[in-house]
Amino acid sequence: MTETTLNLKLKVWRQKNPEDKGHFETYQAERISTDMSFLEMLDVVNEKLILDGKEPIAFEHDCREGICGSCGAVVNGLAHGPQKGTTLCQLHMRHFKDGQTLVIEPFRAKAFPVLKDLVVDRSALERIIEAGGYISVNTGSAPEANNLPVPPQNSELSMDAAACIGCGACVAACPNASAMLFVGAKISHLVLLPQGKPEAARRALSLLRKMDELGFGNCSNERECEAVCPKEISISNIARFNREFIKASFGSTEE
Amino acid sequence: MNWLIRTFSSSIGKKQIMAVTGLGFSSFVLIHLLGNLTIYQGREAFLSYVEKLHSLGGLVTLAELGLVVFALLHIGLGLILFVQNLQARPVRYAVKKRAGGRTIGSITAPYTGFLILVFIIVHLLKFRLVDKAATDDFIILSNTFTQVGYVFFYILGVIVVAVHVSHGFWSGFQTIGLNHPKYMPLVQQLGMLFSVLLGAGFASIPLYLFTTL
Ligand code: HEM
Ligand code: FES
Repeated sequence: MTETTLNLKLKVWRQKNPEDKGHFETYQAERISTDMSFLEMLDVVNEKLILDGKEPIAFEHDCREGICGSCGAVVNGLAHGPQKGTTLCQLHMRHFKDGQTLVIEPFRAKAFPVLKDLVVDRSALERIIEAGGYISVNTGSAPEANNLPVPPQNSELSMDAAACIGCGACVAACPNASAMLFVGAKISHLVLLPQGKPEAARRALSLLRKMDELGFGNCSNERECEAVCPKEISISNIARFNREFIKASFGSTEE
Repeated sequence: MNWLIRTFSSSIGKKQIMAVTGLGFSSFVLIHLLGNLTIYQGREAFLSYVEKLHSLGGLVTLAELGLVVFALLHIGLGLILFVQNLQARPVRYAVKKRAGGRTIGSITAPYTGFLILVFIIVHLLKFRLVDKAATDDFIILSNTFTQVGYVFFYILGVIVVAVHVSHGFWSGFQTIGLNHPKYMPLVQQLGMLFSVLLGAGFASIPLYLFTTL
């Protein structure tokens, strides 16, 4: 693919700290290579801001290869931008047109307070995992592989759910700022495997309660989460979470 | 009983009640429609259906009580969920765009729900909570649907119900956990078909009466 360059107008959310009210600031992104990623484009803009003696735009990133879940912003109304199944760091500038205006906002949710500019505090997702999104039974040393039968379709489904990188785009895209896709993925990834079953009921209830307590909204099956998820995690995981909730509430001794 | 309260005060618990009551309403409106369609066999057939229904006596009262309880739950919890969902995003986005999941039905669900409430109140005042000693249901119907205003009101009302159900039907299945690659596409298609037939079926009656009487 031949490299071309773009000139873009950016309207970026700038907010000094959690207390600041915040506002949009307009910047020109000039001579941006279409081979760049979205974050590299922001790097270019930031270099100019630094040279001009201004505060660069704060945004989160780490791996820049779509696996860590650090990056994310809402670009023209879409979490992680317009490309399906792609994190912001893996979104290439060739998906934009010369002269386009890009409105860049942080993920918005009561449970994700803005720390600075595009950086939000997503530790609420960690709080949910800490509430029981793991396996605490002692599974001993590696067993003989065939002792513990795992149907291949279950291991596939579990792996699909485990692809969740915890970026929070599902929450950002949900009209209700619900975390059901994230929690559904965590529940599914564990409960589909034999090691995850003993604690299934307790896990379903404690993750749910933590999620409610942290101020996430209620799922109303709008399916926006699934549409923006960079790992294309299916809402069938939310249905599984709903089933696990029913089983835990009416079929277990957990209160 | 503490566990029961905890169960139904959680977000998924409330949604379970929304789904069960919503799907309950869906079955009710289907039966209601099938009964009403007897009007196409003429006045006598319609009145004999009404009579048969009322001869069930206590069963009808029980069903009505059930509907009232379902309605209180569905409306009350719908309102709570709606407010909580607004609170979950105190700062809105400057630019909103559909990523491909939302539908007209899902976007408007809380609002169509509220309009249905208005519609049901008018509907009950008009057809259920009236003294029928000196008249019968067919006369009330024909008096109502010879007035063009009521014809429009009813048609709009049932369209709103259809739009609500176009999302509600499959959403209810998803909420109670019945999502499976084998049958979810079927559930979604059935939901669309159901809401179209529901809207068309109910809307046809005032139109029929208006044009033939
Ligand atoms: C007084 C009238 C009504 C009001 C105020 C109302 C309100 C609502 C609201 C706000 C929701 C969305 C809840 C959420 O997902 O957060 C909803 C869902 C639903 N409604 Fe209604 N509704 C009404 C009547 C009806 C009727 C007549 C039917 C069926 C014919 C119905 C069927 C459903 C179904 C199946 C759902 C989906 C439940 C789920 O997503 O699990 N509703 N309703
Ligand atoms: S920076 Fe790691 S996923 Fe984008």
